[in-house]
Parts: sequence; C-alpha cells; structure tokens
Amino acid sequence: MSSIKPYLRLSGLEPLIIRPETNFVNVGERTNVTGSKKFARLIKENKYEEALSVARQQVESGAQVLDVNMDDALLEGVQAMTTFMNLIQSEPDIAKIPIMIDSSKFEIILAGLKCVQGKCIVNSISMKEGEAKFIEQAFICKAFGAAVIVMAFDEIGQADTKERKVSICSRAYQILTEQVGFDPQDIIFDPNIFAIATGIEEHNNYAVDFIEATREIKQLMPLTKVSGGVSNVSFSFRGNDHVREAIHSVFLFHAIKAGMDMGIVNAGQLVVYDEIEPTLRELCEDVILNKHNDNNEATEKLITHAETVKAKGKVEVKDEKWRNNSVEERLKHSLVNGITDYIDADTEEARQKYPKPLDVIEGPLMAGMDVVGDLFGAGKMFLPQVVKSARVMKKSVAVLTPFIETEKEERKQAHLAAGTTNEESAGASKILLATVKGDVHDIGKNIVGVVLGCNGYDIIDLGVMVPADKILEAAIREKVDIIGLSGLITPSLDEMVHIAKEMKRRGMKQPLMIGGATTSRMHTAVKIAPEFEEGVVYVLDASRSVTVAGSLLNKEQKPEFLQQLKSEYRQLKESFDAKKSTKNYLPYSEAKKKKTNIHWESFEPVIPSFTGTQVFENISLDTLRPFIDWKPFFIAWELHGNYPEILTDSVVGIEASKLFKDANDLLDKIIAEKWLQAKATIGFWEAGSKEDDVFVKTENSTFQLSFLRQQVQKAADQPNLSLADFIAPSELNKKDHIGAFAVTIHGIEKHIKAFEVALDDYNKITLQALADRLAEALAEYLHLKVRTEFWAYATDEHLSNEELIKEKYLGIRPAPGYPACPDHTEKYKLFALLNATETIGINLTESLAMYPASSVCGWYFANPQSQYFGIGKIQRDQLLDYAARKNMTLEVAERWLSPILD
Amino acid sequence: MNIREALANRILVIDGAMGTMIQRHKLTEADYRGERFKNWHTDVKGNNDLLCITKPDIIIGIHKLYLEAGADIIETNTFSSTVIAMADYEMQSLAYELNVAAAKCARTAADEYTAKDPSKPRFVAGAIGPLNKTLSLSPDVNNPGFRAVSFDEVVDAYYEQVKGLVDGGVDVLLVETIFDTLNAKAAIFAIKKYFRDLGKSELPVMISGTITDASGRTLSGQTLEAFYTSVMHAKPLSIGLNCALGAAEMRSHIEELSQISACYTSAYPNAGLPNAMGEYDEQPHETAHFIEEWAKEGFVNIVGGCCGTTPDHIKHIAQHVQHLQPRALPVLETAL
Repeated sequence: MSSIKPYLRLSGLEPLIIRPETNFVNVGERTNVTGSKKFARLIKENKYEEALSVARQQVESGAQVLDVNMDDALLEGVQAMTTFMNLIQSEPDIAKIPIMIDSSKFEIILAGLKCVQGKCIVNSISMKEGEAKFIEQAFICKAFGAAVIVMAFDEIGQADTKERKVSICSRAYQILTEQVGFDPQDIIFDPNIFAIATGIEEHNNYAVDFIEATREIKQLMPLTKVSGGVSNVSFSFRGNDHVREAIHSVFLFHAIKAGMDMGIVNAGQLVVYDEIEPTLRELCEDVILNKHNDNNEATEKLITHAETVKAKGKVEVKDEKWRNNSVEERLKHSLVNGITDYIDADTEEARQKYPKPLDVIEGPLMAGMDVVGDLFGAGKMFLPQVVKSARVMKKSVAVLTPFIETEKEERKQAHLAAGTTNEESAGASKILLATVKGDVHDIGKNIVGVVLGCNGYDIIDLGVMVPADKILEAAIREKVDIIGLSGLITPSLDEMVHIAKEMKRRGMKQPLMIGGATTSRMHTAVKIAPEFEEGVVYVLDASRSVTVAGSLLNKEQKPEFLQQLKSEYRQLKESFDAKKSTKNYLPYSEAKKKKTNIHWESFEPVIPSFTGTQVFENISLDTLRPFIDWKPFFIAWELHGNYPEILTDSVVGIEASKLFKDANDLLDKIIAEKWLQAKATIGFWEAGSKEDDVFVKTENSTFQLSFLRQQVQKAADQPNLSLADFIAPSELNKKDHIGAFAVTIHGIEKHIKAFEVALDDYNKITLQALADRLAEALAEYLHLKVRTEFWAYATDEHLSNEELIKEKYLGIRPAPGYPACPDHTEKYKLFALLNATETIGINLTESLAMYPASSVCGWYFANPQSQYFGIGKIQRDQLLDYAARKNMTLEVAERWLSPILD
Repeated sequence: MNIREALANRILVIDGAMGTMIQRHKLTEADYRGERFKNWHTDVKGNNDLLCITKPDIIIGIHKLYLEAGADIIETNTFSSTVIAMADYEMQSLAYELNVAAAKCARTAADEYTAKDPSKPRFVAGAIGPLNKTLSLSPDVNNPGFRAVSFDEVVDAYYEQVKGLVDGGVDVLLVETIFDTLNAKAAIFAIKKYFRDLGKSELPVMISGTITDASGRTLSGQTLEAFYTSVMHAKPLSIGLNCALGAAEMRSHIEELSQISACYTSAYPNAGLPNAMGEYDEQPHETAHFIEEWAKEGFVNIVGGCCGTTPDHIKHIAQHVQHLQPRALPVLETAL
C-alpha cells in the first residue's frame, strides 16, 4: 500500500516539495522594495517590465522561492502587489517557482494571494496584535491554501531569548493546528535572527538563541519548518562584505544543522564554510556561538580582525592615520565622518594654504560635502549622519566667516559689474530661505544657505516651520530677490503649492526656488509652477542652487531661463496628466444618501462625566514617555521602518540605534531638568447632526461644525463617510455628545536657541522632534483617559502602546486639517469651544498652524462605529454647498480646500 | 449510506455529457424561452442551464437515463449558472434560482432511483464550472497584467452558486473542468466561506482539473502535481481529471495522480478526441475498455464521461468496473 509523507508542498507552475534531504531552500530576496533600491526604483517608476527582469534573474541564479515585498510608504502597496503578481503569472520562467508574499500589512498579503494560482507562503503573520487577529488572518491564509511564516512575536514583543522563541512558537502551533485546522507542515516559524557583535552584551547570545530555539522547535514540532532573514545577524559589520559573508556561512552551517530549513539570503554571495580562512572562521564561530566571549572578548577580536580584512580575500591594514593626509583629505574625512575635533585647526591650515578664504569653502569643504551628498543619495549615509556633517561644515565656515567679510565686499562689486544686483538696496542680492509650515527639517536648506552665502548672496534664513504669511511678509519687508522653500515631509508639498498661490494672490514678483527631499521636478512642474507665473524652479541640490540663483538674478539670462523652464515644465505636466487615471465621483446629493449605517433608534449614547471644559497643567513628562510613538520620530530623520524593528534593521539599524540612544539621553535631560511643560484642555458638549453639519450646544450658544463627505464612487454596500455620520441626528433627541481637545508642549525656544548658538543642528532637530512626539503622546494619553474616565465609554479597555498607535481603540480623535476633516478653518471653532489660546497658550497663525509648534488638537467622537478615513477628492457641487453652509466666499473655500479639489 | 461509505466499498460511476443529450431534443428558441421568458430581450437558445427552469422535465429525463444506465453520481445542469457566465444572456439575476432549480431536478431523479434500490444510493453533485473569464490569464495579449475579472468578483459569483446548489439539496459540490487553478481557488474560497458564514458542516468537495494538451499542463500553465498542490487545501473528497482529452490521452496523467493523491481520484474523459467535424465518435465499449484497465491498475475511485459520452457509454463503463476493486487510499504518514 502506498503512503504519503507530510512534506511541505508548495507550487508555482511547478511543484516544490521540501523533503528532509532538500537541505536548505533559498528564497530570492531582490524583488523586495525594502531590500533592493533598484527594485524599489523600478516599481516607483512603473517600470514593471524591468522589475520582472529582477525576478527572472533571481530564478536564474537559483532562487527556489521568490519573496515579493511592496512595503513602501510611497507606494500604493495593494496595487503594486496586484500589478506585479499578475505580470509574474504571465512569465512562465518566473511563475514556475512558488511565491512568498511578504508584507507587514495583511491587506497587501491578501492582494497578493488573490493573484497567484500556486500554493504560496505568506510572510508573515504573528500574535503581536493578539490571538483573535492572528486566528482571523490564519483562517484567511488557509482558505487560500497558503503556508504561513509565523514570526516569534506576541503581544509583549519580539522574542529574543530561546525560551521566549520556543514558547511563542509552541503557542502559535497549538492555535494553528487545533483552532484553525492548519496542517503542521504548512507552518513555518521565523524565530527572529537578531544582530550579534553589536558591542551590547545582551546581544551576544542572539545567534545561539536562534540556533537553539530552532533545534527545540524542530524537536517539539518536527513537521514545521524554520526560516529567517540571515543577513540581520551580521549587520554590525555592514560595509565589510567579506566578514559578513563569512558570518552568514558559519551561522547557516550551525543553524541548518539545528534544523533551519529555509532563509532569505543572497545565495550567490555565500562563501563555502570550508573555504573561509581558518582564523576568520574560528573568530566567527566564537562570536556566533558566544564562546570565549566574556566581556565581549570574542566580539572585540572579530571586530579587530574585521578591520584588517576589507575586500574579499585581501588583507589590508586599516588606515588609522588619516591625520597624516593632506589638509583637503582631512577636511573631507572630518565632514564624512562628522568629526569636529580637528576642524578648527584644519580649517585654519587650509585658509592659509588657499589664496582666498572662499576658496576653502568652494574647494575642499564643498568637495567633502559632495561626497556626503553622494553617499546620502546612494543610501550609504543617513540623515542623522548628514546633519553631523553639516555641523562640521558650519563650524568650519564659522572659522572662515571673519575672513570672508572682506572677500564679500569684493564679490558685491563683482555683482554690480555683472548686473546681478539687488535694485532697491544696491547691495548684494537677498535670498530668503525657509522650511515651510509643518516641517522641522532644515538641514538641506542650511546647506543651501551656507553655499549661497559663500557665493556672495545675503541669506535671510527664517528657520523651520515657517507659515506662508510669515515667509511672504518677510519677503516683502526685506525686499528679497528670491524665495527658497524647503521641505522634507510630504505635507510640505501642499504647503508649497499654497505659498505659490498666495504669492500670486499678493502679486509678488520674486521667483520661487523649491528644494528638499520630498520635492521633485515632477511635483514642481505639475502642482506648483502652474500656480505662479513669475518663475518656479526646482533645485536638485545645493551646488545647483548657485547656478539657478545666478540665472534668476541676471537680467539678461532670466527671461530666456524662465521661458525654457516653463516649456519644460509644461511638457512634464502634459505627460503627467495624460497618464493620470480617472476616478468616478457621485453627485454630492447621492453621496449624502450613502451615510454610515448606524441604527440610531436603538442607540443609547454614553453621557460624559462633565460638560464644558477642563484644563490640565503640569502633566508629568514621565507619564507621557511610555506613550511615545517612535516611528514618526525616525521618519522625521528619514529612517523608515517600524519601531522597534528598525533598531536591528540590517540597513539603517546602527544609525537608528545611535539616534534612539541620543534621543533618549536628551529626553532624560529634558525630564530631569524640566525643560518642557505639557498642558492640555478637553471639553464635551451635547451635539446633534443635521446632514453634514453638527450642532454643538454650549452654555450660552450653539456652534455649527461643518464636515465634508467622501464623494468617490465606492462599492454598493460601502458608505460615503462624513464625520457628521458619527453624531446622532438632532431630530432624534438622543442627547449625543461630541468632545474636543488641544494639547501643547511649552518651553522649547530657549533650548533651541542654545543649540543654534552651539551650531548644533543635530540636537536642535532632535529636541524639536521629541517635543512633537511628546505632544502626540500627550494626545494619546489624554484620549485614553477620556475613553476610560472622563467620557468613560470604554471603561474596560486594555490596550498596549502598540495597539494604541495602531488605533485599536473605540472612538476617534480626528484633527481639523487631517484627512477626515481636511478644512483647517474648523480649528477656529474648536479653539473657541475650548478657549485653548487663553487657557493653555496655543496660538493659531493665519495659516492655522499652532504655536507652540508641538501642539495637537482634534475632535472626540465616541460612537463605536466611528472610524478614521480620508475624504479624498471632492467635486464642485460639494464645494459650493460647503462654502454656503460655512458662509464663506467660494474663493476662500477653494483656497482652504485646494488639496482635495481636482 | 453516504458517499464516503460508498467510495470505501466500490468504484462509483459519474454520469456523462449533458449538452450532447440536450442536443438530441432539437429544441427551438421558443422551447428555451418557455412561457416565463417569452419576451426576454436577448436570444436564449443555447443557454442549456435555463432549461432547468423552462423545461425541467427534459433535464429530469436526461438524469434518469444516466441513472438507468448505472450512474451513482449525477451532475446538476449548472455548468454556467453563475452571475458571470449568465451575463452572456443578461440573466445574471437568475443565477441563484437556476442553481436551486437544477439541484431540484437532479434531486428528484436521484431520489426516485435510490427509492427503487436503496442498496445502490444515488448522489447529486452540484456542478461548479470554470467560468468564461479567467483570473490567471489576460484576455489582452498586449497587456499581460490585465484581468477581465477580479478574485472577489469570482468568489461572489461562486458563493451565490454554492448557496443555490446547497439550498436545492445537492450531496456534494463538484468544482470541475478547471483550466485556471486560480478560478478553482476562488471556488474553494467561496465554498469554505459559505459554510463558515452559515456555521454548517461542509459538504464533501470533488475537484476535477483539465489537462488541455500533450504538454501535460493546465491551460494556466501548471503541471499536474502543481495543480494538485494548489487545491489540496480544499481537503477534497476526490481529485481528478475531466474533459479536453480522451481516455487514451488521459491515462498517464491519471496514473500520476493516483500516485500522489492523498484523497480519492476521479476521471471522466471525453469520448475520444473530436473528429474534423467536431464530433466525438469513440464508441461506448472503447471508452469502457480504457477505463476498465485504469480500474484494474488501481488508479481510480470515480469514473464516468465528459463531452460526447452518452448513457450508453456510462452503461458500458458501469458494467466494466462494477466488480473491480477501487483504488485504496494511501496511508497518510504523520512523521517525515
């Protein structure tokens, strides 16, 4: 009688059966936007045909399973996954192997599963959001017939010790096999490979923990498989591929012996265990197996050895004598490595060597900054490092400045001769620079300022988070010749469009320069340039800014330069418009009929513990600290990834860990020395809705809050949402309520000033980012108190910080100006209701930014069906209706709603 | 006796072609329309599934011919009874009703024969066809990433069909003539979802794929074992092959399947390959001869016919396999 073994069986167009003698399954890793810059670029540029060639190359070089990951904040992940998967299906030489659908977002996994006929692996699910979610996701995977990778991750966090790894995996196994009905052979565990040899003693045993956990998992649950991301283990040796490859080989040698079945690894770059040079191999063994490693002894030995080995097979002595190099090389070294120790002496030496002090800047310093720019552009340096480089640059420039003053006078004369003169003052041309409202990033702008300043322009730097009116008023008052706007985060893009529109409205003539990491030629051409006719120029980098400024200020060159630019941008816009996909929209009257379906008749609202407002002062920052969501903090520094995984990320982990430590040290100081004060106010009032308005009753009057409604055409059973849906209609007399809050962090200015004086942008920006995080943490903390205490509609809530961040709670707290209620002007009503300016000292600027900058406000909705959503684009019929409801002129309404108008 | 018990004891015979038999009635447009659809705005001739509503006696009559010939399992006349396939006749809204009606036709006939001889119970298989739109293939050669239909739409269509078949009283669900495995996965997904939503225990599921040509692959490009691997999560009662090939061409595939399959195997080939006129001319005793040999080799548990086969073919097949041992299920080992 025949028999069938319980092997893991996968399939593409062809089957892949994983038998004990299969040894190790290589999972191709390059079709992953988080791991491969090339692949990410191809996907972002819609070059799917070329992206397929990456997949094909993986198959050709021996990948047995293809990992596909589309997790990128700038990508529409579901769509990218769907498109790529569908295309793969039409390429038999790729589709022949099974697919591993890799995402941290289950919706993207689901999108992938819906496109693949073969039996896939889902990478991954875990219990980090609790058992219920885990079970639900596992059921779905099972309904698609997919095998699953289960991360050793539970409600508490990622498992690091062997015991935790084994216990989480065993628990997951039990749930999957007993409750979900999974076949054991369809379960693959990823017990987390973490970096070793980081210098932190607790990390030393991580490889052993993985290997031993693998051994025990395979003993306890012999039909399951073990997988892992191998390159993590060696990430502290980043940049030294020779050592990394040796570590990978030695690690795999032991992990496979212990039962590891598959791994995401660049198979082409694995060295053969036996061919590793014996000294290196033994050192790797000690570090991986944590032998002879008291006081990091083995780690130190491997690090020392690693420094002597650079290229493959080549043994070099590490050059520790950079101080003996030429002054140009030394300056470059200091800039690239962010070393300020020798900068004063080296700058002085260079000044004496070069004919003019400006030559030092234009020569060696710029050369060094070019290297920094290149490395940054290539993803080999990260923002925190670049800011440290800029700090070195600033210090160097500070040494040169007194000498440049004389020099400048000469340049001024040169400008007069060339006709590039500021007409009003007959002095040097003035360039105003600012990082726009909502954005704390100014490193790029600082570099541009330094470079332009060095080229003889007067720089007026308004700093960061500068609202439009402040920029434009300063531009008029100071009679500047060019306005330069910088931004690093996406919302800045809209702000720049807004500024361009404002400049047109005010009839300003100065050309506008656009720069910063989030900006692009395309965005400038499509969104900004059409709003302002006097010239809008996208500037790629600091060195480009000099020629652009020169062209804009030269009377002869300017008309031709702008003309050329305009036609170039017009072409870009036309090609962009041609590609744009069109969405269908409902008439507003139809959209209003598709409200959220809430059974108000049977609804009993929870009455808050008080009505009116309440103020909280002197909230302890210690209380807020655990509520901090670190992810945006890292994003502010351009380090993308989830916290805490980012700390051990194979690419940015080292820099993220350093930054995290620096931030926490600063936070310790902020708390100990009471630098900052947290203040907050909340309020609740009776409220009822009428269509898309909500009427709020206070003691003396009634406020009419106006909300917008989604108009995009959706599936038949999907509502077109408006926040007004979440408040009971007035006519039902349900005594429903709405709440509001505003929180702020005071006291930052003095400390910012101190860092500025010390030319320390790094700590300045860290402090700003931390204050933002504290404000957000305060909003989170207060919302918790509201849910469980003040409004008390969710008294039995028990959520982890991670769940809070993921908005697992009941009820919402959307802010005016954000996707669900994108009109900023509703903030006036919110502030009037709360009296927030008088009580806790938050001011609203003309453009409705809040000062202090680290402030958060919003509405509270308690209805269990309330949810966060985005309004998306609205149509003209709603715009007209909205303007009428708000008693606004159409023009004003159009201005405030411009981001959501087509 | 339920179908599992029957399968443990003997080789079961599934019926033959429905279309071939309907053709014999030489029905007109007016016959297809009946009274109810006499004013329907599109032509409906050729919508064979519609006959379950307009001419149920003809359908019941065909079922009875197959039962009389010895079929243990008859298929509902629902190959195209989905909201997607019915779009050809603009009869999307009838999808559910068609399935209920078809299941009732088959139920009536089967119950009549079970009552005649309770020792040979007859089973109704709810036939779930492949759809006229596919999820793995683009209909536009210039745009390989395009899909004419989405996974969710296919799931919804099958869900409605499953509901109709179950409400009409079928014994098993038969996902058949699978040339695109992803469509079959959507059908499986819909079946699982339906029973989970209702909290009912699942009806047994039979799965039958189609190897289209000598390449030994499905139309969507999978090898037989890859196909098998991709649908086994359905935990089917049986897996097998039907359509496209005659018994001669199907032999090596059914042999392979019998070796790898953890569940029962089924095979219902066409009556040979079509001739130049598109007609099937393999004679009943020829088909039966091939199938008898498979049964002797222990390849099969369920046998029958597809395109071009008639009650006469089924009668011959039933006679040739009735005393042969069914394929024994393999031992499912629990250790590597």
